[in-house]
Amino acid sequence: MSIQMWTWVLVGITFALYIGIAILSRAGSTKEFYVAGGGVSSLANGLATAADWMSAASFISMAGLISFNGYDGSVYLMGWTGGYVLLALLLAPYLRKFGKFTVPDFIGDRYYSNVARSVAVFCALLVSFTYVAGQMRGVGLVFSRFLEVDIDTGVVIGMIIVLFYAVLGGMKGITYTQVAQYCVLIFAFMVPAIFISIQMAGNPIPQLGFGGVDENGIYLLDKLDGLHKELGFAEYTSGSKSTLDVFLITAALMIGTAGLPHVIVRFFTVKKVSDARKSAGWALLFIAILYTTAPAIAVFSRTNLIETVSNKEYDKLPEWFSNWEKTGLIKFTDKNKDGRVQYVADASENELIVDKDIMVLANPEIAQLPNWVIALVAAGGLAAALSTAAGLLLVISSSVSHDLIKKMVNPNISEKGELIAARLSAIVAVCVAGYFGINPPDFVAATVALAFGLAAASFFPAIVLGIFYKRMNKEGAVAGMAVGILAMLFYMLKFKFDWFGGGTKDDWWFGISPEGFGTVAMLLNFVVSLIISTFTPKPPIEVQKIVENIRIPSGAGQAHQH
Amino acid sequence: MNDNQKLKQHYWRKNLIYLSILLSIWFLVSFVFGILLVDELNTIRLGGFKLGFWFAQQGSIYVFVILIFVYIRLMNRLDKEFGFDN
Repeated sequence: MSIQMWTWVLVGITFALYIGIAILSRAGSTKEFYVAGGGVSSLANGLATAADWMSAASFISMAGLISFNGYDGSVYLMGWTGGYVLLALLLAPYLRKFGKFTVPDFIGDRYYSNVARSVAVFCALLVSFTYVAGQMRGVGLVFSRFLEVDIDTGVVIGMIIVLFYAVLGGMKGITYTQVAQYCVLIFAFMVPAIFISIQMAGNPIPQLGFGGVDENGIYLLDKLDGLHKELGFAEYTSGSKSTLDVFLITAALMIGTAGLPHVIVRFFTVKKVSDARKSAGWALLFIAILYTTAPAIAVFSRTNLIETVSNKEYDKLPEWFSNWEKTGLIKFTDKNKDGRVQYVADASENELIVDKDIMVLANPEIAQLPNWVIALVAAGGLAAALSTAAGLLLVISSSVSHDLIKKMVNPNISEKGELIAARLSAIVAVCVAGYFGINPPDFVAATVALAFGLAAASFFPAIVLGIFYKRMNKEGAVAGMAVGILAMLFYMLKFKFDWFGGGTKDDWWFGISPEGFGTVAMLLNFVVSLIISTFTPKPPIEVQKIVENIRIPSGAGQAHQH
Repeated sequence: MNDNQKLKQHYWRKNLIYLSILLSIWFLVSFVFGILLVDELNTIRLGGFKLGFWFAQQGSIYVFVILIFVYIRLMNRLDKEFGFDN
């Protein structure tokens, strides 16, 4: 069977599975819609969280990013896993004990203020919309590359599928489709990785394989460092970013991960506090399988790519090269007209431009794996993009129907009315996300870093102080969040969008990149919160009781309506 | 202050001790081994890996997973000890 045939078959089967699950797990109440009824097992929640978290970027782009950045790519590996330690130890159990539906719920109640609630809703919407646009685009890209429909059609197909199970099933439908999607995506990621590891290092475990030796007994990493040196690239195993910046970017990604509302809200779906802890452990374990494999794929594919193309005659390159040239992801210009591919660091002599996404998408072809493996990668990419998109859409719809309508605009809305509002806002959110997927604003790539920076600068300090510092009051928290967000926005707009006079890399404060600035903005938030709270009145006694209560795990009822 | 409140405070203090130990290890394997001391550790080899590079791209992640499972065990035991398990 051809690659395309295989892809249609595998994508068709997986989509039918997602729709089947959606029909079986329709939401009948707001509690089912927002938190899946609150009875999800910790293992299922761990699987769902892993799929929720791992997006099109983790599946398609991350290995490529590491492949081209070598050691510097470690910021993503440590940043996007280390956040789960913070989540498990500092946030998840307490938020579960608190037992409401959304992150703005916690901020609004703990800081007894609708101003704080509104700020939280604003951040949740901003972060989630930024993120979801990229996911829809990812769905479109996978469709266009593997199934030869155009990107826009791909986005529309993706929208219909997500619409179906997010609107019908709410969190309940999303949870069980995410469990299935995790299985699909991890299988699709691991099968080619294992094949390639056997080919290149004779070891079926990629995590060990990339520390192994090639057929000549040379360590793969040493060989790659050597190849890089020859071609003028920076050594693969050491970085070129400054230590300060690597430190701050890693911290911003970790803290941002722990503050992302679509991840946090997953921990509201389990029965009790100990289940919240346990599911954080499961989630990180399942995430770690992909995250420890990605750097291995990065090394295999980088070595493979250089050895296949470097200084080889263009006419004699394998078929995959011209296939991917057609998509524009590989570009070759024969500058010195010698008919060979010069792939070097020096931009004036380099003749080859390779898009980072190729490292996962084309890897099975480069390694000459069977057609079904190549098709599997398409199904896996779609699973990763759809599962994350659905989680984000749920945050958007519950922010509107629960935090805005129920808690602020119309508290008397009936249960049935709120459920209808939730479904309608999910539909609107899917359409907006689809629109951005079809007409991607230029700022999408730039703002993903903003999403993490904003989550780190706004939610994280407010939640952590809310749990660990009983004296923290609304004045401190609101001022801290406002300063954190504004500082982050200012820095991003200045250095990514050329506002406020703009500036280049040389103008960065202390050499801190906008990606790493989230950590600085987060620290500012903490400092401002603590200072302001010292000079303003204590929180009311009921609120102090709430804090005492969430610190003790026993007596966590089901997530409740109030 | 009644006994129940004292019990809760005691529980909370123990929880904070666990947190500080586990988070120190978290900081050590990622920020210290993987970033601050990466060049020094890279002079040591672990098979085909330079040690600093290995911590940054593999080791820290393994330790993160272990940390959470250790935390789960410690807290489950603590909950039982204080009678705060359901």
